[in-house]
Amino acid sequence: MSHQSTAVPPLIITEDNRFWFAAAEQGWLAIQRCTRCHTLRHPPAPCCARCQSFEWDTIESSRRANLCSYTVIHHPRDTAFDYPLVVGLVDLPEGIRLVADIVGIEPDELVAGMELDVTFAEHAHGAVLPRLTRPEVWR
Amino acid sequence: MSGRGFSGVAAIAGIGATEFSKDSGRSEWQLACECVLAALEDAGIGVPEVDGFALFTMENNPEIAVARALGIPELTFFSRIPHGGGGACAPVQQAAMAVSTGIAEVVVVYRAFNERSGHRFGAGPPKFAYSPSTDQEYRNWINPYGLLTPAQQEAFLAREYMRKYGATSADFGQVSVLSRKHAANNPRAWYYQRPITIADHQSSRMIADPLRLLDCCQESDGGQALVVVSTERARDLRRPPAVIRAAAQGVGPQQISMSSYSRSEIERLPEVGVVAKQLWRQSGLRPAELDAAVLYDAFTPMVLLQLEEYGFCGVGEAKDFIADGHLEVDGRLPMNTHGGQLGEGYIHGVNGIAEGVRLIRGGSTNQPAKRVDSVLVTGGSPVPHSAIVLGTDG
Repeated sequence: MSHQSTAVPPLIITEDNRFWFAAAEQGWLAIQRCTRCHTLRHPPAPCCARCQSFEWDTIESSRRANLCSYTVIHHPRDTAFDYPLVVGLVDLPEGIRLVADIVGIEPDELVAGMELDVTFAEHAHGAVLPRLTRPEVWR
Repeated sequence: MSGRGFSGVAAIAGIGATEFSKDSGRSEWQLACECVLAALEDAGIGVPEVDGFALFTMENNPEIAVARALGIPELTFFSRIPHGGGGACAPVQQAAMAVSTGIAEVVVVYRAFNERSGHRFGAGPPKFAYSPSTDQEYRNWINPYGLLTPAQQEAFLAREYMRKYGATSADFGQVSVLSRKHAANNPRAWYYQRPITIADHQSSRMIADPLRLLDCCQESDGGQALVVVSTERARDLRRPPAVIRAAAQGVGPQQISMSSYSRSEIERLPEVGVVAKQLWRQSGLRPAELDAAVLYDAFTPMVLLQLEEYGFCGVGEAKDFIADGHLEVDGRLPMNTHGGQLGEGYIHGVNGIAEGVRLIRGGSTNQPAKRVDSVLVTGGSPVPHSAIVLGTDG
């Protein structure tokens, strides 16, 4: 694997998710919001699962996350990452969940509920996407 | 809406497989043809009588290719079910519905691949992952961060289950040890005569923490086929019918393939609950009345979660249920008596259906001493799910 290019599939950009990746490129974390009932949703979808409205806008997330679950990946390895690779599932205070790689924190420091910041960094194929890091300041 | 319309009307009359290996040395198409012929031979049904196929969408050998190669003259029913091993039991439901409505009379289910010597599911995304479509769009939210394989995607659930209920890696390892014990007594199994201990499990290398190598099923080459006919017809055939008492599919709320992470409790499998309630309604059975089970075991934690979702034990209690010996051959619910996909081979769950048939016929290499009148066979999770209940005739 190490002599090959990454196996990470290129992003599948559609009319339903283009706004989210465009925001990420600008370094802000967008959350889709139904303009009728104000329910937030992620991952994006064309329709509100609560009121079925197709009308939506976005809000910007606080990017202050709490760790819900995580894994430390040892095998198989892909050229796009350094291993062991830590990947987390986090709760955002807005009430949605997000998956991203965790950088700069040793696996034995990880504990459910711990605070993490959502930052942005270049990932496979040059895509700028969320990354989870130690909070910069006490909050 | 009773859903009992086809309960008991159709049966599995034949099973047939190739050997399960790591390098079959022949084409997937040939494997498919070989296992279909073996299943028809087992049933005592001639090739020209086949008029239907029900397959996985992931099956690389189309029904028309197998029909052409075998010289099957006409097909009146052919359908495909998505979601890989999650859908493993759904082609049997398709077949049962086709047979019970008279749309077809002899429906064959098969799954054949070189999943070890060809593309390995554990190596990374499959070829179709690279085709830009809404079907694959879910990968945007997991793959770019390094969750590329099923083990990696299920690890979140396993860790949360451990945290919430105090389960340990060794608790997951009980499933591996049991499966390998059963496989050790099954000559078809890749791990025939190669049992393991809990120490072997605990010293196996980490794949996606908390999942170790011995929490992961095998990757296999091989083919498995099943022949479904009416129960009435099956009574006149070579083998005792394995009657399809119930067959169901299920999708739960906010379902995403392998990554339904927005659910409040990621360690639960609501799609399994959707299937379970249909099975009990169709069959008239309760969980405690099942005599044996073949639970989909791509990864050991999902066996614990399924035991709970199907109601064999309480939530969080699966580790104790297993430790108490209930899944042993002489236990209350003998499980994966063929060795499972951890021990026998990984034919995407379809080899487990064949073991369900053997248990009903009384012919498992680990046949329980007690009478076996009903067996639950399940597909995979955490993806859209399917399962069947097989029973003796009468």
